[in-house]
Amino acid sequence: MTSIDKNPVAPRVIVREAAAPRPRWQVWLIRPEVVTLLLLVIAAIVATRLSPFFADLGFILESSTYYIEFAIVALVLTIVIISGEIDLSPAAQMALSACLFGTAFKAGAPIPVAMGVSLLSGLVMGAFNGFFVTVLRLPSIIVTIGTLILYRGLAQVLAGDKSISGFPGWFVGIDYRMVGIVPVPVLVFIAASILLGLFLGITIYGRQIYQIGTSEIAAIHAGIRVRRIKMGLFIASGLTSSIAGLMVASRLGSVRYDLATGGELTMVLIVMLGGTYIFGGRGSILGTFLAAWLLVIIATGMTVANIAINAQLTIMGLLLIVSIIATNAIYARSQR
Amino acid sequence: MSEIARLFRAREAGILVMLVLFVAVVSLIQPRFFSTETLRIVLLAVPLILVAAMGQMMVLVARHVDLSIGSILGFSAIAAGMVFRDHPELPLFVGFAVGVLSGAALGFVNGLVVTVFKLPSIIVTLGTLSLYRGLLFILSGSKQIDPNDIPEPLIRMAQTSPIDIPWIVIIAFGVAFATWLFLTYSQIGRQIYAIGSNPVAAPLRGIRVMPVTILVFTLSGALAGLAGLIYAARFGYVNPGITGVGFEFTVIAAVVIGGVSINGGVGSVLGTVLGVLLLGSVQVALPILGVSGFWQNAIYGGIILIALVIDRTVRQGGLRGLLARGGA
Repeated sequence: MTSIDKNPVAPRVIVREAAAPRPRWQVWLIRPEVVTLLLLVIAAIVATRLSPFFADLGFILESSTYYIEFAIVALVLTIVIISGEIDLSPAAQMALSACLFGTAFKAGAPIPVAMGVSLLSGLVMGAFNGFFVTVLRLPSIIVTIGTLILYRGLAQVLAGDKSISGFPGWFVGIDYRMVGIVPVPVLVFIAASILLGLFLGITIYGRQIYQIGTSEIAAIHAGIRVRRIKMGLFIASGLTSSIAGLMVASRLGSVRYDLATGGELTMVLIVMLGGTYIFGGRGSILGTFLAAWLLVIIATGMTVANIAINAQLTIMGLLLIVSIIATNAIYARSQR
Repeated sequence: MSEIARLFRAREAGILVMLVLFVAVVSLIQPRFFSTETLRIVLLAVPLILVAAMGQMMVLVARHVDLSIGSILGFSAIAAGMVFRDHPELPLFVGFAVGVLSGAALGFVNGLVVTVFKLPSIIVTLGTLSLYRGLLFILSGSKQIDPNDIPEPLIRMAQTSPIDIPWIVIIAFGVAFATWLFLTYSQIGRQIYAIGSNPVAAPLRGIRVMPVTILVFTLSGALAGLAGLIYAARFGYVNPGITGVGFEFTVIAAVVIGGVSINGGVGSVLGTVLGVLLLGSVQVALPILGVSGFWQNAIYGGIILIALVIDRTVRQGGLRGLLARGGA
């Protein structure tokens, strides 16, 4: 690229007809979020037909809290994946930060201090991931598999195979605290969705994240501080995971090292169901928000239909694969 | 470069040094670690990991990753165990065939989805990890295969053989040797390295990437299936909720420690065998050193990260390259 072609012959310009722009309705309708919304409506209708429970919004909201904890982390994971990276360690981060909280509490620290320890650990774990990815420039996929095992292992070292409990009454039971008919975790999820949606949609940083995911090299040349932003995203992922870990601790009233085991699948599933492109650059918080409710309805539906939790794994795995195939197909269609 | 210098620059030498150092340090702290008895325990501990690691190594060399092997191991062990339980009159090899073939079938599905839809293998196999685990719960009806349902000859394979080395150890190292022959001397074996080194250039050289990739995943599945039988032989039971859970991470740890690059194209059978032996030694050394078994996973995770950094350092030409700004 350093040598300049000095050929005196004028370069032949190839004139090519530009493809006709796709009609406006196609641009708006053929996108993964719409598919997610459609599936959500269908799932809701089918579920209401099958069981009258589903007509009751309160019932759905109450049974959603287990998945909502993962969905909150999935919001941040969406942004991480849009930036072209991935984080498989949040579930392990939830476990370790919750176990740190429990250990600090057992050691006599007051609850607010223990919560501070837990949140701080989230920051540190996220920064640790970010260090390997942005400073040592190792692929996040394998780094976060390594830290997944490391964090879960450290949680095991801290808590052994016992559960830590005995938290004071005001801390326990966040899922039973209601604002109207909405449990507090759901409220947190909705608020986080709005905030992160605005962040990704209208702030400069948000737009830069899309650019990084679309072409990292172009983003670097455009003067975007790629490493700093990615580091920020991993730290945000760690912090959110520790918040979710605390919510689990509050809901269960106890912590164990195997808390949120397999949560990485649920989180990736929510993000993929929401139509975020696995190779980065495309996706939206709205899609993830809708996908979380889709998953809540499917999972609750399976439980109401008496499908064993273990057999539900089959459906979840199948859903994950089908959703990436569908999303990829839609994006392949809409490629210029 | 002299032969000796070349030898020391090889990745395998680094792992060997780590292994020797580890054994030496542990033996200094706790002299009874250095014994034939320890060697026996280590050799008994590694076949399970070694067999599956050969498959995972090929997958990584082809620049993919297979997270589903733990579930495949469980599925094959349950399938074979059910044959043993429900048809005790059938000879042992029928159970082996069922285990290996069911593993191969599940691996084939992985390869098919990854290549046909051009999807990242890590997400696909994260999905099939859950899918296969769910299927094995359905297949087994959530019931365990009890010790008295595992045939006596199979259990004995984990204990002895005509030459006093347990059969499962012979099988595992036999598989490693066969993998070495396959990767070194067969055309397809070399093509796997070519695909992993440069997936764009490989088809231009006339390599049919799709069938080779599918074959790699199928082999990985088949070897995980074989590992399922070794599990049944060694532990004498198969539990749908326990067997093979988290196994993929142990295997990936062993393979990455063995110098197989996650960027594809690099990795040797010898390195992987050494990586497995190192992991097995850590596993055996912990209780001897009086360290709680709870540390095992944390140590595995730490070792993976260290191995990644070492791999990066080697490729970037030393520490300065590692921390340099810019570049890939």
